Amino acid sequence: MTSAPPASAITAKPRPGDRVFSTATVVAGTLILVTLAAVAIFLVAQSLPAFTAESADFKGDADNFWQYVGPLVFGTLWAAALALIMAIPIALGIALFISHYAPRRLAQGLGYVVDLLAAVPSVVFGLWGISVLAPAVQPFYTTLTEWFGWFPLFAGPVSGTGRTILTVAVVLAVMVLPIITALCREVFLQTPVLHEEAALALGATRWEMIKLAVLPFGRPGIISAAMLGLGRALGETMVVAMVLSPAAIISFALLQSQNPTTIAANIALNFPEAHGVGVNILIATGLILFVITLAVNMIARYIVDRRKEFSGAN
Amino acid sequence: MSKRIEVNDLNVYYSSFLAVEGVSLEIEPRTVTAFIGPSGCGKSTFLRTLNRMHEVIPGARVQGEVLIDGNNLYDSAVDPVLVRRQVGMVFQRPNPFPTMSIKENVLAGVRLNNKRMSKADADDLVEKSLQGANLWNEVKDRLDRPGSGLSGGQQQRLCIARTIAVSPEVILMDEPCSALDPISTLAIEDLIEELKQEYTIVIVTHNMQQASRVSDKTAFFNIAGTGKPGKLIEYDDTTTMFSNPSVKATEDYVSGRFG
Repeated sequence: MTSAPPASAITAKPRPGDRVFSTATVVAGTLILVTLAAVAIFLVAQSLPAFTAESADFKGDADNFWQYVGPLVFGTLWAAALALIMAIPIALGIALFISHYAPRRLAQGLGYVVDLLAAVPSVVFGLWGISVLAPAVQPFYTTLTEWFGWFPLFAGPVSGTGRTILTVAVVLAVMVLPIITALCREVFLQTPVLHEEAALALGATRWEMIKLAVLPFGRPGIISAAMLGLGRALGETMVVAMVLSPAAIISFALLQSQNPTTIAANIALNFPEAHGVGVNILIATGLILFVITLAVNMIARYIVDRRKEFSGAN
Repeated sequence: MSKRIEVNDLNVYYSSFLAVEGVSLEIEPRTVTAFIGPSGCGKSTFLRTLNRMHEVIPGARVQGEVLIDGNNLYDSAVDPVLVRRQVGMVFQRPNPFPTMSIKENVLAGVRLNNKRMSKADADDLVEKSLQGANLWNEVKDRLDRPGSGLSGGQQQRLCIARTIAVSPEVILMDEPCSALDPISTLAIEDLIEELKQEYTIVIVTHNMQQASRVSDKTAFFNIAGTGKPGKLIEYDDTTTMFSNPSVKATEDYVSGRFG
């Protein structure tokens, strides 16, 4: 190793524009980390007492924190999963229709309508769920339990109001639909024409072209979109709080009047009258939600990264 | 496997704009035909009408006939999807599917047509096609690696392998070497020479030496000016076109006096 004289090191002349811009990006990046850290510290510090709380401090008949939070975690994941199962196929369909099937005029109009759906406040969705959707689907639920009651998901007795976890999941699906659709549409529109033509020149039909070129190219984008949707479904408060009458149970049954509630809805419903350790317990459930969301996003990132070398980015 | 192409009085429009006017020519089986001409003269547009790939562009349509062994491609009963399975195409920029391995790329077209094939048959076809494209020795140890990891010239040969894997009658090449270095270009030109034994090949090129090296016949296209339709000026044996063309414009173009 020969040591070069330090004077020979070439340094770029600092230009004001570069410095302003790089400082601005560093500040922006730091700000988000600081905010996140502040929330995390608040959650952890405030929730510590909850882990040692007495059984008398818990609402319902839970003996410790984990028994208390278990049904809530289940309800949160179950409602969000149901919502995504319904929303993803429909969102993909709408996005593909807009990007590859619809005439340009119609595609644009439809795009606006979908974006508009994202701007509706969740209280409105909640009201719609209670006053329109629940009564409308109740007869259908009754039929479902009569014919398919042998299937555990549809087991009776059916709820008389239609306000069940399935109704909640439908409303959640409507709410996450716009975000997933909008992202998928953008990703599908980015598919390189070269790849689409490659597929068509091999004798692919339109659908086969989509399978060969559009969907594989859009796969990381679809996963990201689904995760954003999932994030919204996991954290959604108002709809669940308004539609469900909660019970602390773990049950997969979709149509009964006893339904597990979600962490966010539980916090919203109980916070106004909570005091002492009760507040800490609610904040601790918030911490759990925080961890769940983090885990979900990390899993998504892992899935996207796993086939990185096939992404076409190299 | 190879077929004769006959084009009768073909006009190509983009919406109301006439892009190519009145092209008539005949291409014999197992020959290489080169289309040359300045940029924008409609040679790529015309090439695309030979397998109906122009229909991908909104508003593009044709008048006239393209007969492949006597069957009109533009008959109302003809499915463009089936046309493209018979008339394959290689593009200007190499475009292997980035999410697929080398092997999957070769099989992509076959998997569309052919429901399911045994693993042994698939492996045979992959080897045969890659050997046909002079790529087998370079990639045989990494068939499961992504196709996008190859060099540009290798990617283009992978695209040719993908095209010949579906056993087309005709292969169209739209400036297949314009994004490649001279060595890769040479490899593709050698390959064209070999493919000629089995396929009818039509190639668009901006490289006059390439046209004279690889083709049996050459067609020269030109436009009178911007906004005017492209026309077929002269079509003859390549040797004649480059040594003793009958039209002045051809002579000017091949000798580099314009364009």
